[in-house]
Amino acid sequence: MSEPPASVQPDSVESSKGTAPAPDVRPVVVFRNVSIAFDDKPVLEDVSFSVAPGETRILLGPAGVGKSVLLKLVNGLLRPDQGSIQLFGQEIANMPEAQLFPMRTRTGMVFQEGALFDSLTVRDNVGYQLISERVPDDEIDARVHEALRFVELDDTFALYPASLSGGMRRRVAIARALIHQPELLLYDSPTGGLDPVTSTTIIELVMKERDVYRTPSLMVTHRLQDAFILCTHRFDEDQGCMVPLPQGVTNPDTTFLMLEEGRLIFDGSLHELLHTENKFVREFLE
Amino acid sequence: MATNNIERTAKQLVLTAQDYSLFAWRALMNLFSPPRYWPEYLVQSDIVGFGSASIVLLSGFFTGGVLALQSAATLSQFGATAVTGQFVSITMIRELGPVLTGIMVAGRNASSMASELGSMVVTEQIDAMRALGVDPMRKLVTPRIFACISMLFFLTIVADAFGILGGGFVTVFLNHQDGTQYFSKAWESLRYPDIIQGLVKPLFSGYIIASVGCFYGMRTTGGTQGVGRSTIQAVVNASVSIILVDFLVTRVLLALFPPL
Repeated sequence: MSEPPASVQPDSVESSKGTAPAPDVRPVVVFRNVSIAFDDKPVLEDVSFSVAPGETRILLGPAGVGKSVLLKLVNGLLRPDQGSIQLFGQEIANMPEAQLFPMRTRTGMVFQEGALFDSLTVRDNVGYQLISERVPDDEIDARVHEALRFVELDDTFALYPASLSGGMRRRVAIARALIHQPELLLYDSPTGGLDPVTSTTIIELVMKERDVYRTPSLMVTHRLQDAFILCTHRFDEDQGCMVPLPQGVTNPDTTFLMLEEGRLIFDGSLHELLHTENKFVREFLE
Repeated sequence: MATNNIERTAKQLVLTAQDYSLFAWRALMNLFSPPRYWPEYLVQSDIVGFGSASIVLLSGFFTGGVLALQSAATLSQFGATAVTGQFVSITMIRELGPVLTGIMVAGRNASSMASELGSMVVTEQIDAMRALGVDPMRKLVTPRIFACISMLFFLTIVADAFGILGGGFVTVFLNHQDGTQYFSKAWESLRYPDIIQGLVKPLFSGYIIASVGCFYGMRTTGGTQGVGRSTIQAVVNASVSIILVDFLVTRVLLALFPPL
């Protein structure tokens, strides 16, 4: 394997720092000793980690280790059997469902297969949250167009999900997750089952959201190349595409978590990931 | 081993009954607090009400016809064919109209609700809805229950009316009896308790159809096979529950309004 890149602040990230007031450094998400089991079979055991503001955490692991379950615990779609989960500083492990709904509107979630509503047009899918909030139609149209332009699918406005390709459905799902300007983004294998070109397009969108809007996120993936691209590239707003960081430079706000059979076995930077002695991680990387 | 199986099945049954009770109660209580999704209610009313009208109309018509055929054959032995209208109208309005309509609508709509919601569950659309801050119970389940209760009420009236018409058709054109006598007997013999009994039952049946259909849809697991399983469970349990509840409601209403 090549010499690991040093963790250096990229230009785009550096520019956001300086003399500005001290940012809110409280973690957006905190997991403390979280465990969950289905039918007496443990799926996650004693998992602890946090997501800081502006941080992108990539959750790695083979299929079936509980990555999607962990993601659904973050916004309360599932409840833990044990442990504490804090979202935006509030404990949600035992929060009533009615109180969780407003909390969830502050997050955006991209599901594995998109989970678009088949019976609704792209416009109604993307604007679903706004329609629920009874926002005027003109404003919904404008914001849906804006979100669709972000994912470069403005021409699908009036189409139904059935007429979109797999990659387009994921991009529409990203637009739906972004329209409410979430304070946290959750991506559940956004590139799973897609061809390499489409996967790169999706990763570019994830990077764009990270670098342009600085939205903290938690991304589940089992594709290492996607994770490494996120670490070694940045989104250039002038060029409108991602560009590689200088040789040896990685994005310090993009870090890794790794699960093995429901247990968190790694939490650290790309540099630490590449130099870990953990046998399972090494096998996974190779 | 066998004891373990019985214990597990018994626990599963009790747990399902508990889950259903909580689900049905929550869905009903949502009617009394905002947000309410009236457009969803109208869409579901169209699907349940207008969509089921043809099968309810036909089954009502032919059931009334069969009743007239069967009763005329028996009543003629006693020289009492004149009361065919009374027999058909009371049987249709008190019993067969509500029960048959309930079972026909259950077959059509409990299955469609279970399969639609089940498909949404397995494709994570329900989770997506929750993630977008919308309560699927309020958005999907409560409008279906409200629509099913209100539409079954009117569908039962349609079934009753077409049942009496079907009986009239058979009486006049096949049994060659007097139509005026048939319809006047059908009308004169009716009492308010008969009508109350016939119109209270669909309120229960409508609630059962939608709540059972949605319950099995929302707890679907196991992909497309699971959707099929949920659909079967919804239709079977809704149909059996309608007949069971019909028995209980009849018993209570007969106690409240004893026959003359």
